[in-house]
Amino acid sequence: MAEVVLETHGLTMRFGGVVASNNVDFKLRARELRCLIGPNGAGKSTFFKCVTGLQTPTEGEVIMRGVETTHWMPHQIASLGVGIKTQTPNVMDSLSVFENIWLAARRFHAPRNANRKTQEIIERLALGSIARADLGQLAHGERQRVELGLVAVGDPWLVLLDEPAAGMSAEDVERMTEIIHELNKTAAIIIVEHDMQFIRSIAEMVTVFHQGKVLMEDHVDRVMSDPTVRNVYLGKKA
Amino acid sequence: MPGSLSKDAITIILVTAILTWVMPLIISTYTLTVLIVYGMLGLSLGLIWGFGGILCFGQAAFFGLGAYTYAIAAINIGESTVPMILAVLVPAVFAALLGAMMFYGRLTDVYLGVITLVVTLILFKFINSTAGPQYVIGDARLGGFNGIPGFQTLNIPGRPDDYIWGDSYFYVCAILLALVFFLVSALLRSSFGRVAVGIRENETRISLMGYDVRARKTVLFAAGAAIAGLAGALFANWSEIVTPSLFSLGQSAEIIIWCIVGGLGTRFGPVLGAAGLAYLKFLLGQQTMIDNTLITGLILVLFVLFLPRGIVPALASLWKVSFGRRPLGRIPQHRRMRNRERING
Repeated sequence: MAEVVLETHGLTMRFGGVVASNNVDFKLRARELRCLIGPNGAGKSTFFKCVTGLQTPTEGEVIMRGVETTHWMPHQIASLGVGIKTQTPNVMDSLSVFENIWLAARRFHAPRNANRKTQEIIERLALGSIARADLGQLAHGERQRVELGLVAVGDPWLVLLDEPAAGMSAEDVERMTEIIHELNKTAAIIIVEHDMQFIRSIAEMVTVFHQGKVLMEDHVDRVMSDPTVRNVYLGKKA
Repeated sequence: MPGSLSKDAITIILVTAILTWVMPLIISTYTLTVLIVYGMLGLSLGLIWGFGGILCFGQAAFFGLGAYTYAIAAINIGESTVPMILAVLVPAVFAALLGAMMFYGRLTDVYLGVITLVVTLILFKFINSTAGPQYVIGDARLGGFNGIPGFQTLNIPGRPDDYIWGDSYFYVCAILLALVFFLVSALLRSSFGRVAVGIRENETRISLMGYDVRARKTVLFAAGAAIAGLAGALFANWSEIVTPSLFSLGQSAEIIIWCIVGGLGTRFGPVLGAAGLAYLKFLLGQQTMIDNTLITGLILVLFVLFLPRGIVPALASLWKVSFGRRPLGRIPQHRRMRNRERING
């Protein structure tokens, strides 16, 4: 078995009286691809934000490659080599595609190498024709692809993606799937996702969240056929 | 930014040479000197606001701090070299401390504006209330609302009796502005500057890339204050007196208007805006029919309504439309319309 790269123990997040994330124990191994699913308000995104440092959990701890990162800031976590893509596109609209990716590359490479890495990623993601265009003028799918590019350019060993397929055309999703599989060769990946179609096409292990807790964790086929999961998604009492 | 830094340098030298040759034929060097000083002050806010996205309502605080630091140090030391250096360092350190407090405290833009505004007010009120003889720093009396007159003005380094004044002071100021402009260009071309622009565009993304946004904003804020401080010291040398009005809110507001009118996100815009509006104010000051501030306000409103990006960006896009490269000949009218719709949509 590969080493554990991400672990949480008893991760709890309360907003006033609401427990958005309740005592979550989670383990992810190197080069694993894991999907987090669950109905709205199940605590997927809260879990995601606690792991990435965008929010500080009320209780519990987060451990990455043996280092406790519970109270770290997002930039410290990203500096470890963790690539993060948030739910809403977080890109720099008035800068070109090249500049966006270059800025991400520059964090881990000297300027000359950053130029080379940026070129590589632009070719890999087939962004060559729009490399000099401002990001604000691009279509949604292209912007998502660029954001994935600036996550990939840092050669992360852990990638956290919050709803990467949201609002994308079938063709874009297909391309996105390819990119994710390629990233997966070197990095462990967590995908928070709603789109069952997308999950069926990409997932192996799936963790189901429900009311802040982990409901089950199993192979995608078994999760999909599980009656409890079906009930949760259809909104019936399990 | 297109082109390279050496190209920038050549452009800056050429433009400076032409302007310092032509402008004195039109406007007196005495007036031009203060326009240059204001240009530098505009550039200082243009750097942190236009490229770093930090809207500082108190840029006048650093300007005044630079001027007062120079005056007080010049009285105590009696030679201008060290006071000039202090006039850059003191505002920079002050801004670094203030900036660290604000950025590490994760204040949002609105509170940042309020705090910088209040700091300016505090300095203004404090300096105004230092009329009594007990307020002295070394040999220098702070002098309250009367300010500090009669300090040693700029001299050739090491020779306190050889003053630099009149035309030669104008050339010194012009060269210093060109130098600062070059340093700002170099900063913006460096990785630090490119990341700063990234922060302006999207702070969350930059921090998710692994950059420490707080530290970078603090450094940029201090750099802007250093430039404002230098402008303050040059102003003190020009007017030969420093008064609390340097810290006034009116002064702070004016700097913001310069930047908006000249064009944010450009290096030249704030300099042009500052010099242009300051000259207009100078001209209007010679008549009594219309109130000066009314005109400044009107200009601001007109620009916000009709030219919200400012003069320089508007001229730049006009230039592009008329002389820019067109890869496939003239773009047909209907296609251009469609493109515009896409940008708007």
